[in-house]
Amino acid sequence: MSRVKHWITYLQVAPLALVFLLFLVVPIATIVVVSFFDYNTTQIIPAFLLQNYEELLLSPVTWRTYQQTIQFAVITWALTLVIGFTVAYFMAFHVRSPTVQTVLFLLCTIPFWTSNVIRMISWIPFLGRNGLANTTLINMGLIQQPLEFLLYSDFAVVLAYVHLYTLFMVVPIFNSMMRVDRSLLEAARDAGASGWQTLVNVILPLCKPGIAIGSIFIVTIVMGDFVTVRMMSGGLSASVGLMMANAMSLLQSPAAAANAVVLLLLVLFIVAAMMRMVDIRKEL
Amino acid sequence: MARKMKGGIGRRRMLKGAAGAAGAVVGSGAITGFPMIWAQTTKNIVLRQCGTGVSAINEIAEKCKADLGITLQMTALDSDAVVQRVVTQPNSFDIGDIEYWMCKKVFPANTLQAMDVKKIKYFDKIVPIFTTGKLKPDSVIAQGTAPNTVSFVEGPGSTKFAKGQTGWFTMIPTIYNADTLGIRPDLVGRKIENWKDILDPKFKGKTSILNIPSIGIMDAAMICESAGIVKYGDKGNMTKAEIDKTIDFLIKTKKEGQFRAFWKTFDESVNLMTSGEVVIQSMWSPAVSAVRAKGVPCVYQPLKEGYRAWGGGLSLAKHLQGAQLDAAYEYINWYLSGWVGAFLNRQGYYSAVLETAKANMSADEWGFWMEGKPAQGDIKNPQGVVVEKKGAVRDGGSFYERMGAVACWNAVMDEDRYMVQKWNQFIAA
Repeated sequence: MSRVKHWITYLQVAPLALVFLLFLVVPIATIVVVSFFDYNTTQIIPAFLLQNYEELLLSPVTWRTYQQTIQFAVITWALTLVIGFTVAYFMAFHVRSPTVQTVLFLLCTIPFWTSNVIRMISWIPFLGRNGLANTTLINMGLIQQPLEFLLYSDFAVVLAYVHLYTLFMVVPIFNSMMRVDRSLLEAARDAGASGWQTLVNVILPLCKPGIAIGSIFIVTIVMGDFVTVRMMSGGLSASVGLMMANAMSLLQSPAAAANAVVLLLLVLFIVAAMMRMVDIRKEL
Repeated sequence: MARKMKGGIGRRRMLKGAAGAAGAVVGSGAITGFPMIWAQTTKNIVLRQCGTGVSAINEIAEKCKADLGITLQMTALDSDAVVQRVVTQPNSFDIGDIEYWMCKKVFPANTLQAMDVKKIKYFDKIVPIFTTGKLKPDSVIAQGTAPNTVSFVEGPGSTKFAKGQTGWFTMIPTIYNADTLGIRPDLVGRKIENWKDILDPKFKGKTSILNIPSIGIMDAAMICESAGIVKYGDKGNMTKAEIDKTIDFLIKTKKEGQFRAFWKTFDESVNLMTSGEVVIQSMWSPAVSAVRAKGVPCVYQPLKEGYRAWGGGLSLAKHLQGAQLDAAYEYINWYLSGWVGAFLNRQGYYSAVLETAKANMSADEWGFWMEGKPAQGDIKNPQGVVVEKKGAVRDGGSFYERMGAVACWNAVMDEDRYMVQKWNQFIAA
């Protein structure tokens, strides 16, 4: 009897396991295998070489690019966290009517129905030397010379990231906040806690899983991005994703694969660290 | 797996275009093991042409259908993607529309076949840049991947480039041109004469070069040589030391804030120029026209050191045979017979056979585009839009002035891998 039961369990997990095997394990395994291959200008040659990793890890460019990418990720994470938390807090605790809450939540998501490349590119005419921002400021007499740092700079990259990805922070935090038992807030108040103390000692700890989920979204997206960096920095800045795209466009797939493996390990490490700090399962 | 997928596309296409049905069967037959059906004429033949956007022109496909009955299915890709496609998916196209520097890279991969010059009707009339390498008998062959160095292979089926002319031609030149810097004459406020003028501190934060390593490095080399920073043996095939010096100089210039941005696509370069973000930058000829079409003044400035030239051509996929191969030759011969040449010349490019193109253009058009003469009347582009008014003269002058002043051809270097690493370093700096 129990043997049959075993089989049924295996059968039940089989479809998902198969999907994971086909679309997750096989591709990643392929990337790992290819990362040891050799290549020349036209071909990829099966081999087992460490050269791709050597070239990657011994080059100061790699380290600088990783540093730059991590810097983008950290700044974006901090900004989206503050903005996302504030927006979620407003919607969850200040807005009383569920209808208004739903409407506001929808408003947040509507921009996401358009392509994120379009949303990103639309910053370019706005921030340019003769763009709307500069023209307005000059006409208002606030500045004499156009502000050059607005476009094609790290500022522009971070701005685009924050604009594009804050919602990924808002949603899980808002979700966490909605689950906070309101009587806890009353209890805190009864016990004499100020608004700030309630926020720090009650709401924040209870929102940790939401914050962790949002953070994982932001970090993984920014670490792997290449389009935003290229468009908004005008090619002046690099990111790990951009490095891979460059290598791939020159048929240097093994080099890109090696880089992908390193990036994957790094991101897995970051995510693992976050999971250690916060038990996300509590949320689910 | 990949083969099956391609077969699937072939079948879908067959259903889609009734006219192309037979051709698609022929096309996919070789791949999926369908029974071969040879079309009796070129009427129902489909040729799949993949290449860079510049030469994937719908009007040419339409005219080809009307004149020959051959259906051309064009796929436009960026240059890196074309190289990838030609090397890794040789059965996914019939005609490879590639550039000469790519040819050096992809022909040895043995996915293309050389053409028998005896079957090329206008072979003797092709501009000699592509055969002997010398535009005029006394010309000096420029640096880089000069087309003549990759135009011939040693024999049918060979992938080894021949030193001189043989009977086996790798590519039929389609379009070529001489590139230089584009400027905003209203904003530069000085005379621009040399490549090094892009380094003028006056233009700090208002310049750009292109971020396509294989081409960007050439523009950088033109600038470095002009400024006396580096003296090159061959700009198209630099040594590691030359690459180091060039990139170090670029990094220094970048850190000083000379560049506003680096562009990668045609439209990016147009936007940078029209919006006034930059006043002097690397540019491609149609981008200059596009800027002008928006009513913004822009000049394709001839410079003392000469031009960086490039050229594209049609090559035949290895798998072509029988009726399809015949159709491909027919297409090529038609391509050189004048109508296409005139069309391309009117876009500001140059075509392979001047004589036949001339016969398809008016005297005024020929004078303006090819001889550097002032326009007698309005000059229109192939779509019939007026691009230059009476009295206008082409930037850089005549065909012989421009193509005769080529300093370097787009190239692939032996130290390609090293160059790309260094280029990444420049972008990351």
